[in-house]
Amino acid sequence: MAVKAVGRPRPKGGGAVPFAALFWRLPWLRSLLLLTPPLAWFVVIYFASLVLLLVTAFWTTDPFTTQVVQVWNTSNFERILNEPVYHDIVGRTVLLAVLVTLTDAALAFPFAYYMARVASRRVQTLLFAAVLLPLWASYLARVYAWILILNHSGLLNWSLQSIGLPPANIGYTNVAMWVVFSYIWLPFMIIPTYAALERVPESLLEASADLGARRWRTIRDIVLPLALPGVVAGSIFTFSLTLGDYITPVLVGGAGSTFIGNVVFSNIGIANNIPFAAALSTIPVAIMAVYLFIAQRLGAFEAL
Amino acid sequence: MEGLWTRWLLRTWVVLILLFLFIPILLIFLYAFNTSNIQSWPIPGLTLKWFSSTFDDADVRTSLSLSLQVGLIATALALVLGSFAAFAIHRMTWFGREVVSLMFILPLALPGIITGISLKAFFSFDGVPLSLLTIVVGHTTFCIVVVYNNVLARLRRTQGSLIEAAMDLGANGFQVFRDITLPLISTSVVAGAMLAFALSFDEVIVTTFTAGAQNTLPLWIFGAIRLGQRLPEVNVVVSFVILVTIIPVVIAARLTGGGGAARVPAAR
Repeated sequence: MAVKAVGRPRPKGGGAVPFAALFWRLPWLRSLLLLTPPLAWFVVIYFASLVLLLVTAFWTTDPFTTQVVQVWNTSNFERILNEPVYHDIVGRTVLLAVLVTLTDAALAFPFAYYMARVASRRVQTLLFAAVLLPLWASYLARVYAWILILNHSGLLNWSLQSIGLPPANIGYTNVAMWVVFSYIWLPFMIIPTYAALERVPESLLEASADLGARRWRTIRDIVLPLALPGVVAGSIFTFSLTLGDYITPVLVGGAGSTFIGNVVFSNIGIANNIPFAAALSTIPVAIMAVYLFIAQRLGAFEAL
Repeated sequence: MEGLWTRWLLRTWVVLILLFLFIPILLIFLYAFNTSNIQSWPIPGLTLKWFSSTFDDADVRTSLSLSLQVGLIATALALVLGSFAAFAIHRMTWFGREVVSLMFILPLALPGIITGISLKAFFSFDGVPLSLLTIVVGHTTFCIVVVYNNVLARLRRTQGSLIEAAMDLGANGFQVFRDITLPLISTSVVAGAMLAFALSFDEVIVTTFTAGAQNTLPLWIFGAIRLGQRLPEVNVVVSFVILVTIIPVVIAARLTGGGGAARVPAAR
């Protein structure tokens, strides 16, 4: 709670005393002084950038000089709507984001369930650390590891051959992207799911058992609904991070693996068409806005 | 309530997931000692030769030095701005509080590519040349959130009664801050700084938009992997980056009892 400094003048306090007294009389002044520098940073740099991005999306570039022409028009959006190639790219990005989210939810749930409801206190702590470490271990390193595993002479094919199976050449395909994204974002799904499962009161499970529900019935009717906000909270990360990624498609994807982010980036670099890139980048923002709205309805924000 | 069978199934699942999570990371460390310069499995033998050649590589050293500079400056800025924001929000009672706190979290909620391209559009519009400074601006923006989250979480858990007691005993505002508040929050500030540095040291998406001709270490790695060049050195550098990002996180987790590192950094 807001406890204001009571500025009782004391000779030893030095120069701080008048300020303390001033803050005591005007408590909002302290908040204002503290808030100004970070707020200024966000408003002047970050918000100005976001607003500019939105405005830039309605500008165009001169095809000859590649200079930005600051004339309000919707040609960038028309181009995205009319050219089927962009529909494919948006569709592919969203589809893969959904697939990765579902995969991670399926992988994470039993793991989080074990952590929250079966493991001893000590094992719980160890597992928590074991999930946090890969989460923080370099993103690029973890993508790169999969290049080593999935390539033609990598660990995967070696393992398959050593048990007498034919090699699986999934390196540089959309399947590789699916595996790598699911791998990279898995900890983001485990942590909120675990947190939600841990909050399920034991008494509810006992009540359910007392009323004659079998184990699976209890899981389906009690545990799953109560854990859902946690899973949805995790899905915000897995979905949003996949949607906005373009590094993984470059590194482990193939010819047909272009994501929204890749088109955005190539329009920044080679084509130097910032207005078009800006228009494209509003798509993930719009998708995320809808997603966050649904997630909020499902109670995911309380589980974050 | 779980039967013996369910327990065993769950246990097997947990082991499989742990293998899935850790085999790739352990594999990278192993490849760093690979005698061959061809990245295939199984590796023919172990050697230390790539460590010295990587350290002698001028490009790697330049990128490392840039990454360290960016990380340290961005962390320092984020430390000041993030703590200020946390203190202000903690004391605020008016309605704008929710809006402002949502604002500080936005760089985490939006995909990194949005932060990247909007900063790029901003710099290009203002005619700011891309440099160390623009990289720092990008990193600071998402590092602020990490410090802010950690300090705010600690302030919420801090008992107001301690501060009231100090004031009843005649301490002035400065003394309360120095003797009570600061010791109570110091570990969360340090933890926030550690996480901010780890985040900055590994960041690649926003950096690709805000860096000019210069390479941070992740940009060097990204370029080398994409071109398939100098992969033995990539193995060494990547192992090094894993260690550099994990060590501060372990320290941060110890300081905050695990909570700090779990407040998920989605600013990628």
